[in-house]
Amino acid sequence: MRIARFLLGAALTTLLVASPALSQTIQINGAGATFPYPIYSKWFSEYNKLHPNIQINYQSIGSGGGIRQLTNQTVFFGATDGPMTPDQLLAAPGKVLHFPTVLGAVVPIYNLSEIGSDLKFSGETLAGVFLGKITRWNDPALAKDNPGVTLPDAEITVVHRSDGSGTSYIWCDYLAKVSPDYKKTVGVATSVNWPVGLGGKGNEGVAGLVKQTPGSLGYVELIYASHNQISYGAVKNLEGEFVKATVEAVTAAASSAASKMPADFRVSITNAPGKGVYPVSSFTWLLLFENPKDKQRSRLMVDFMKWALSDGQKFAPELGYAPLPQGVIDLELPALAKIKVK
Amino acid sequence: MPAIRASRSRSDEGRWFPFGTGLVASLSVLLVAGIALTMVEGSWLSIQKFGLSFWRTSTWDPVAGEFGALPFLWGTLYSSFLALLIATPVALGIAVFLSELSPFVLRRPLIFLTELLAAIPSIVYGMWGIFVLVPLVRQLQGLCPEWLKATPFFKGPPLGIGLLAAALVLAVMIVPFSASVAREILKSVPFSQREAAYALGATRWEAIRMALYYGRTGIIGAIMLGLGRALGETMAVTMVIGNNPQISLSLFAPQYTMAAVIANEFTEAADDLYLHALVEIGLVLFVVTILINALSRLLIWRVGGGRGEKAALPAAPVAR
Repeated sequence: MRIARFLLGAALTTLLVASPALSQTIQINGAGATFPYPIYSKWFSEYNKLHPNIQINYQSIGSGGGIRQLTNQTVFFGATDGPMTPDQLLAAPGKVLHFPTVLGAVVPIYNLSEIGSDLKFSGETLAGVFLGKITRWNDPALAKDNPGVTLPDAEITVVHRSDGSGTSYIWCDYLAKVSPDYKKTVGVATSVNWPVGLGGKGNEGVAGLVKQTPGSLGYVELIYASHNQISYGAVKNLEGEFVKATVEAVTAAASSAASKMPADFRVSITNAPGKGVYPVSSFTWLLLFENPKDKQRSRLMVDFMKWALSDGQKFAPELGYAPLPQGVIDLELPALAKIKVK
Repeated sequence: MPAIRASRSRSDEGRWFPFGTGLVASLSVLLVAGIALTMVEGSWLSIQKFGLSFWRTSTWDPVAGEFGALPFLWGTLYSSFLALLIATPVALGIAVFLSELSPFVLRRPLIFLTELLAAIPSIVYGMWGIFVLVPLVRQLQGLCPEWLKATPFFKGPPLGIGLLAAALVLAVMIVPFSASVAREILKSVPFSQREAAYALGATRWEAIRMALYYGRTGIIGAIMLGLGRALGETMAVTMVIGNNPQISLSLFAPQYTMAAVIANEFTEAADDLYLHALVEIGLVLFVVTILINALSRLLIWRVGGGRGEKAALPAAPVAR
């Protein structure tokens, strides 16, 4: 009994002493895409070191969940891998702004033991495979992309994501751009009605299935393929070059898009024009209300975004993301200034 | 002092104990009703738009906003019943050996190991499935004779991933449950029954058959407990079943289950109709589980029929 009273007293005292300090720490909550989670958590922890009174929390619950929570105003900011649709923008209680934060890329991976990591794919061929029209490795379309390579007479097993994912969105977005047929029969979304193939859960699920299944072809994020030494192919860009995904080739895709960037940044940069561009690249976006109720948090979040777009970018390559080109950052800063902070 | 205390607490018990426990018991009823209501509300758009056709069609196209869930229902039932078919003889074998035949020294460690199987997290079963079982199934398919591959049950390319792999993982997962409950049932068969059988000149095998017959209601309950677990299993199944919404009889074809599609697509379902369609799948999974439980109850009641409640007694804690 005496111990309990002592503990209660101690707890009360701690609360009284600690509460002024607690009230000074401001929490900002966000939720959304899983794809940028590693860089966002790095940013938030680095930013917290610089500004110990600001704590930004991020739940990586998926793009769809992020958009829904932002619309319901249960979080202060959202994050998504596919831009919000016009319907979703209308459903939001205020004007939502998109801000590209970093870039990612999706690469085709395959399992052909007799062939190394030098296969080349044109977009039309990949679309044909994912539509179930090209079913064998020695198909003339694949042979045309890979002159001089003896492709095996084996069935292609397509592997795609089974979970809804920004990775699938980028992959479908690219295939729909190069193949009208793909656009019509499959379309672009985080989950689609796949005509063929096996579904693996997450990047690791797809990579696991591809490693296991001889003759399979799938797609994963570049970070995943490069960190795990999975062989991936080059993809043909709009200029007709076969480009292997690298951080530079992905940033190049964004640079070429900067000249034609729409004011709301809701742009797809798959199949972007330009030399050395990797065509299956995409932005990932952070979502903010233009005129949020909480002006204090709004000001802090704008400050954070300025830091993320400048000093924050240097953390991108080590985590496998491509940093934004300066051209895009120069467009984003004026847009950030539009957010009401007073 | 202690005497007074005891009498006071007894009168308190008299008043509060039935009330308190009754409150807690009604909580579970309220909870089930609450879950059902929330799910109906959460799937209302989809129920309104598709009606019964949701369960008769098989196109699942989130882009076009067209949802038919028949392949998921098919995959769930097919994989669960197949798992049951594989697991039941094994579980009964384990139960009979442990309760009737095993030497005393082996009994404890074997019981411990069987129950340990139940404690393994399902993600670990999934990993084991993908790295060990799937290659084995692929080899097995290669060994199938051509005439067998021509039948609808065994056709398809040798992927390893598919319905059979999922059913095998599920079978391993449900064996410990069914086995340990069936063992308890056999243990509860009165010794006098066995003595009577032996006295009539029964062989050991006949005595065991008699014990199995005596405890049949409880054993059905044990099997149904396994089925309940198989229906709802998500992680391990989604890792090995191939996640392809198609209706196929083939054991080697990749298919999909209800629990798996919810787990896979829920996080990215931004569109309202899409979300409601996923919740409707959850609702039906819920209804199917209740139906199967009710069915097993009915089965137990019918089988136990003549001898009424007494025979059904060992099943009571089992069939929930």
